[in-house]
Amino acid sequence: MRLVVDLNKCQGYAQCAFLAPDVFSMHGEESLVYNPRADEDQRERLTRAVAACPVQAITADGLDGPAGASAGTTGEASDDR
Amino acid sequence: MTADHMDWLRREGRIVIVGASLAGLRAAETLRAEGFAGSLTMIGDEPYEPYDRPPLSKAVLLGKASPHHTELPHRREIDAKWRLGVAATGLDLAGKRVRLADGDEVEYDRLLIATGVRARPWFNEEEGRLDGVFLLRTRDDAARLLQRLRSARRVFIIGAGFAGCEVASACREMGLAVTLAERAGAPLVGALGGVVGPVAAALQTENGVDLRTGITVTALEGDPAGRVRAVHLSDGSEVDTDVVVVSLGSLRNTEWLSGSGLGAGPRGIACDAGCRAFDFRGIVTDDVFVAGDVARSPHALFGYQFLSLEHWGNAVAQAETAAHNMICAGADRRPHLWMPAFWSSQFRVNIKSVGVPSMGDQIMITQGSLAERRFVGVYGFKGRVIAAVSFDNTRWLEFYQRQIERGAPFPVEYPTMDRRPEGRQPVDADFPDPSLPTHGPTVTLSGYSPADQQLVFTPARH
Repeated sequence: MRLVVDLNKCQGYAQCAFLAPDVFSMHGEESLVYNPRADEDQRERLTRAVAACPVQAITADGLDGPAGASAGTTGEASDDR
Repeated sequence: MTADHMDWLRREGRIVIVGASLAGLRAAETLRAEGFAGSLTMIGDEPYEPYDRPPLSKAVLLGKASPHHTELPHRREIDAKWRLGVAATGLDLAGKRVRLADGDEVEYDRLLIATGVRARPWFNEEEGRLDGVFLLRTRDDAARLLQRLRSARRVFIIGAGFAGCEVASACREMGLAVTLAERAGAPLVGALGGVVGPVAAALQTENGVDLRTGITVTALEGDPAGRVRAVHLSDGSEVDTDVVVVSLGSLRNTEWLSGSGLGAGPRGIACDAGCRAFDFRGIVTDDVFVAGDVARSPHALFGYQFLSLEHWGNAVAQAETAAHNMICAGADRRPHLWMPAFWSSQFRVNIKSVGVPSMGDQIMITQGSLAERRFVGVYGFKGRVIAAVSFDNTRWLEFYQRQIERGAPFPVEYPTMDRRPEGRQPVDADFPDPSLPTHGPTVTLSGYSPADQQLVFTPARH
C-alpha cells in the first residue's frame, strides 16, 4: 500500500505510531517519520491508523485489496466538492 | 465561455498536464472527481509514477523508507494516458499543442503546467561532475547519495536552508562527520530570520556539526581519479571530505516555455488567483493553468503580492483549485487562497510555519523560549500578524493561522500560555536584505507594483 501523511496537518498525536509501529514512528517529541510503502501484512494496522488519526492527515490507497486503488481518507479530498 | 462549450469540454475535451509529480497527480484526481470525462494526458520527464519528495531528505536518509518507494497514494482512478520519461520541450499557444522531447506533439483544450523546480547545480560544471558531488531533488539523486553515504566518513554540505539542514541531521544520525557551510550568519535565516536562525545553528553545533557561517565555498577539489577530496572556502581554509552535497535551492523549470509567449521566466510562471497563466503581455490566458512550485500567484492576504511557494501543501491546494477552474466558468471558479505552511524536521525537532515569515519586520516569542528550542514565534508586518513559526509546538499554529487570516494586530496584545519575559516585546525579525541573492528562503516575494521593486548590485564576497 502507498501512503502519505500531510505533515502540515499532523500534530504529533502519535496514534498511528501506536497502532502501526512498523510503518509510523515518532522521531523526537512531535515529528513523525513513516514508510510511504507499507507491506501487505500491515494492511489491518494501517487501516486502523488512518481511521484513528485525530486530524485525518493520512492518505493511503490499496487498503481494500491489492487490485483497487481506492481513496483513503483525507480531510482535503476533493471527491465531495 | 458559453455553457454549451463548458459542457462539451467536461464531456469530451482534452486536458494535458505537464508535470507528473504531486501537483499533477492531485490535479488529475480532482478533474475526475469533479466529473471530467474527456481525455487526460500526464507528461513527466522522470520515468516514474508520481512520488513524494519530502521523505527523500528525511525518512529515506534515516533508513526508514526506500528511495525507490515513496510513490504517492492515489485518491481515485484517473484513467490517464501516461507519457513518462519524456520531457515537454515546447508549447504552441496558438495551436494548443505541447511538443515532447521524442518529437511527438500532444494537442489540448486545457493545459495545466506543473513542471516544478529542480535543484540548483554547482556553478562550476567541471567541479560539479566530480565523483562524490551530489544534488538532492529526485529519487535517483536520493538513491545515489544514500549509497555513497553508506561508505563515506565525511560529508560537506553547501547551503544551510531546510534541505541542507535536514541532510546534515540525517548524516549525523548515520554517524558521519558533517561540515555545513552557509553564506548567511546562521542556518534558515532566509526563511525564518536572524532571531530564529541562531536556534537552528545551536541545533547543528550541539549535534556535532562543524557549522561554518558567513562563508562561501570557492572551489571543489578532486583527486587524480576524479573523485572529490576537498572543499575550499572563502576564508582561505580547506576541508577534506568524501562527499559534497550541494543544497543551494532550486531553479524553476520554465526553460521549455521560452519563446512560447507565456509569461514564464526564472521566477516562475505568473498566474491570476484562479491559476490561469499570464502571457508575456500580462494578459491572462483562459486555457493554460499553472500549479505548484513553478507558479507565482497573487495572494489577497499578503498585499496581493505574487507568491512563489515551494511548499508541499501549496502544490496540493493549488492543483485542486486549478483543476476545478479548468472545468468551470465564471462565478463557479475559486481563488487560490491557501495559507502558506511548511514543515521541517531536524535533529528530532519539528519545525513548522504558517503565513509568510520573510514578510515580517518584527517577531515576538509568544510561547516557550528560544533557549529551550520549544517556542512559537509570531511575525508582524505593519501592525498585523503575518506569520508564525513553531519549534516542537505545532498544536498552537492553527490558532495563529486564524490570527493571520483575521489580520489580527501586532504586537500580540492578548496573554498567551507559557509567555516568558523575553516574549513581552517585539524585536527586529532580522531578515537579510531581500535584494541580496540567497538560497535560504522557501518563499520569495516580488513587488506587484514597479515602485516596490528594487535591484541592487552586490559583488561576490570572494
